[in-house]
Amino acid sequence: MKLLFERSKTDRAMNLIPPCEVECVSFDDSLLRKEPLRLPEISETDLSRHYKELAKQTHGVNDGFYPLGSCTMKYNPKIDEEIASLSGFTGIHPLQPEESVQGALEVLYETKQLLDEITGMDDMTFQPAAGAHGEYTGLLLIRKYHQSRNDTERVNIIVPDSAHGTNPASAVMAGFKVINVPSNPQGGVDLDELRKAVGPDTAGLMLTNPNTLGLFDPNILEITKIIHEAGGLCYYDGANLNAIMGRVRPGDMGFDCVHLNLHKTFGTPHGGGGPGSGPVGCKAFLKDFLPSPIVMKKEDGTYFFKTPEKTMGQVRSFYGNFLVVVKALTYIKSLGREGIIEASSNAVLNANYLMNRLKEYYDLPYDEICMHEFVLSLEKLKHETGVSAMDIAKGSLDYGIHPPTMYFPLIVHEALMFEPTETESRETLDEAAEIFIKLRKMADEDPEYLHQAPHNCMIGRPDEVTAARKPVLRYSFENE
Amino acid sequence: MSGYVVNTPSEQKEMLQTMGMESLDDLYVSVPEEARLKELHIPEGKSEFEVSRDMQSKADKNMVYKHIFRGAGAYNHYIHAIVKSITSKEEFLTAYTPYQAEISQGVLQSIFEYQTQMCELTGLDVSNASVYDGAVAAAEAIFMVQERKRSDVLIADTINPQIRTVIETYCESRNVNLITVKSNQLSMNLDDLKEKLNDTVAGVLVQSPNFYGIIEDVPAISALAHEHKAKVIMHTNPIALAVLKNARECNADICVAEGQPLGLPLGYGGPYLGIMTATKDMMRKLPGRIVGETTDHNGNRAYVLTLQAREQHIRREKASSNICSNEALCAMTASVYCAAVGPKGLKQVACNSASNAHYLASELKKIEGFELVSDKEFFNEFLMTCPVNPNTLIKKLSLRGILGGLPVGDNILWCCTEMNTKQEMDQLVNTIKEVL
Repeated sequence: MKLLFERSKTDRAMNLIPPCEVECVSFDDSLLRKEPLRLPEISETDLSRHYKELAKQTHGVNDGFYPLGSCTMKYNPKIDEEIASLSGFTGIHPLQPEESVQGALEVLYETKQLLDEITGMDDMTFQPAAGAHGEYTGLLLIRKYHQSRNDTERVNIIVPDSAHGTNPASAVMAGFKVINVPSNPQGGVDLDELRKAVGPDTAGLMLTNPNTLGLFDPNILEITKIIHEAGGLCYYDGANLNAIMGRVRPGDMGFDCVHLNLHKTFGTPHGGGGPGSGPVGCKAFLKDFLPSPIVMKKEDGTYFFKTPEKTMGQVRSFYGNFLVVVKALTYIKSLGREGIIEASSNAVLNANYLMNRLKEYYDLPYDEICMHEFVLSLEKLKHETGVSAMDIAKGSLDYGIHPPTMYFPLIVHEALMFEPTETESRETLDEAAEIFIKLRKMADEDPEYLHQAPHNCMIGRPDEVTAARKPVLRYSFENE
Repeated sequence: MSGYVVNTPSEQKEMLQTMGMESLDDLYVSVPEEARLKELHIPEGKSEFEVSRDMQSKADKNMVYKHIFRGAGAYNHYIHAIVKSITSKEEFLTAYTPYQAEISQGVLQSIFEYQTQMCELTGLDVSNASVYDGAVAAAEAIFMVQERKRSDVLIADTINPQIRTVIETYCESRNVNLITVKSNQLSMNLDDLKEKLNDTVAGVLVQSPNFYGIIEDVPAISALAHEHKAKVIMHTNPIALAVLKNARECNADICVAEGQPLGLPLGYGGPYLGIMTATKDMMRKLPGRIVGETTDHNGNRAYVLTLQAREQHIRREKASSNICSNEALCAMTASVYCAAVGPKGLKQVACNSASNAHYLASELKKIEGFELVSDKEFFNEFLMTCPVNPNTLIKKLSLRGILGGLPVGDNILWCCTEMNTKQEMDQLVNTIKEVL
């Protein structure tokens, strides 16, 4: 399909801006741009059709089942979008006086109250724009805490080998050294190895629970105790909170700070890669280190911003992805107390149901009750038939399913990780199960067909090796 | 009770029974008893009608100014109807990061188009698919230039103070030594720059137009920096690049910008867009997603996420950045905006914004006590003295429905865009005369 630039014709522009009413400024020639500006020149009809075509080549949550593990691809309610489009939210300048944005501050304050209760934390910042950004912010909290106590020997962050890739990357960005600890045969943290790993150099632990295998670590209280006794703090990666919200709280498991992914757990859309929102909550003893500013409420019911006493500074400009927070608040208000529990319980129910439908046909390395997601291993299948996790994933594309997460977590070979979410019906799960069972049979009967899959998509498998070796990262104009 | 759960309680029960379970509680056996939550203390769920009314009342409590003369990092530009119409399409809105290229060509191609447009605007060779905002882009750019033997980074004191704070927060844990270059007449003092440049300097960060709206002499800064093999990071306003020298013409190595002016609403500060482009030799140091063109096995043109060996999901603790989710839909917004206005339209936006600012400055100058703090050339923002307490003046303007400039000490930082009509500016000046 053509690129925007290939549809461009000189002077075929839209009439959008009136001519200047005042004398046109003339800058000194030495300041002026001389290079041509080759943005597309395009009619509104063509622009509209261009993106319609692109939309047809994009699979969103509303285009079919999307069991992408660790990403919580639940339905994104329409009301949330409508509310976030109100001019009372979109039209306000971030540097308006506080008294003129009381509604916006109320949004931040109420969301903070609700999420503090859901996570068992005492205060929260909305500045982080995504999950990894939240991780980074949480780790800076830990860093600031140890610094404030002159406990500067604490340089290690412990990360289980099943962790999301962002965990070790965030720890390094925050100036820590990463200590990996292996998992035990049940898929949880190996307590003996953890005890060996901690010491006076332990700054903290990063953990997601349920972990990336979709299992709730039953030793969680012991794990956080080991870290605390060694003088470290516990950081909760909230990527998997959808399994447990309303059932058990990070704060009650012994975690000191937590990030949430509003774009996973709280129903805001992912936008093809963002914007998300990664608020960070913490226990009271850490709140003075939070990024500035934090929203507060006066006794007279008005809201104001405050700079925390020993603030780390700022991790982004202004107050984070505010309009995403508006959507999340709308979502939480809609669900409420019972709805939150209903959502998490059904996310777990749907995952277990699908897992049980598939486990006769695929290897399930950890055969126990899962949380919101589960991981299959196709190692044996690959050995026997040559059909890999990638082949099965690509095969599912031909049936209108977005594939599960592939090759993650790293501790399971040929992994496929399914997360159906609570917004899918039993029929959808049954249909998906039938499709994956069919693909399993195909692996025996016609492996070559699967090696070549997908067959019915806009493109076949792309050549990623050439893409990386000879990078073409922009369109080249012919006259170059 | 609301929620978006599909299965009815009786269906849920049947599903549980297929697994030999009775209740949803049975799914949580691995959670230790003592950690379980007894009761969640949040209000009951509400109907869509009630929630809508509640949220609308919050929106109504915010004052949406009709007349905005404030920028300082967030700019009130016109957003064409087609922009919102395209970016609210469900497919773009609800998709995840395009890991599965075969069913994500739409998102991937749009990012490729965005990357091309950002390269065209800035004049540099490669662009990533976005970072969180302009301030984070500046911080990430500093890490791109950092080298083992070069830990100093020079930073102009004319940069937006919020960007400065974000950079300081990011650098505290990364062994970057930030050194401030002084200013003269609200632009970088080149003598001070010369004095501070040496072979331990990894890079120089300058914003142009800077916080005060002044156009910095980036070509001269680059020439000095490059003598010491230090890289130059130029932070800019993408609208300005339509008429002012771009990063290549300024000989900068990295260009970063806040992309909000390209079609994103003020939105009380976010979501915004961090633009990052660089020269080709820095390609593999760029953080975040990058889309590349390739072919599928039938030779069809295809787009994929590429150069992933830099990224956290492959490299873990050795990644160039931890970024995973970015601002993809905001990047698409910027791309649609640029296509909708086209090259001439973008120049018109830039020209109108700057011309309006110059008109307003000349009109304000006619009032006693209002003088430009610097006589250097500015783009669409300018710092002016104020004969009274600036906060008092701004409050009075607010009562007349005008969001005045941003008080900065005893001065006011004014901003115009194409949204400010001549009548509106004259009205502002008259109002000031009245309330002084």
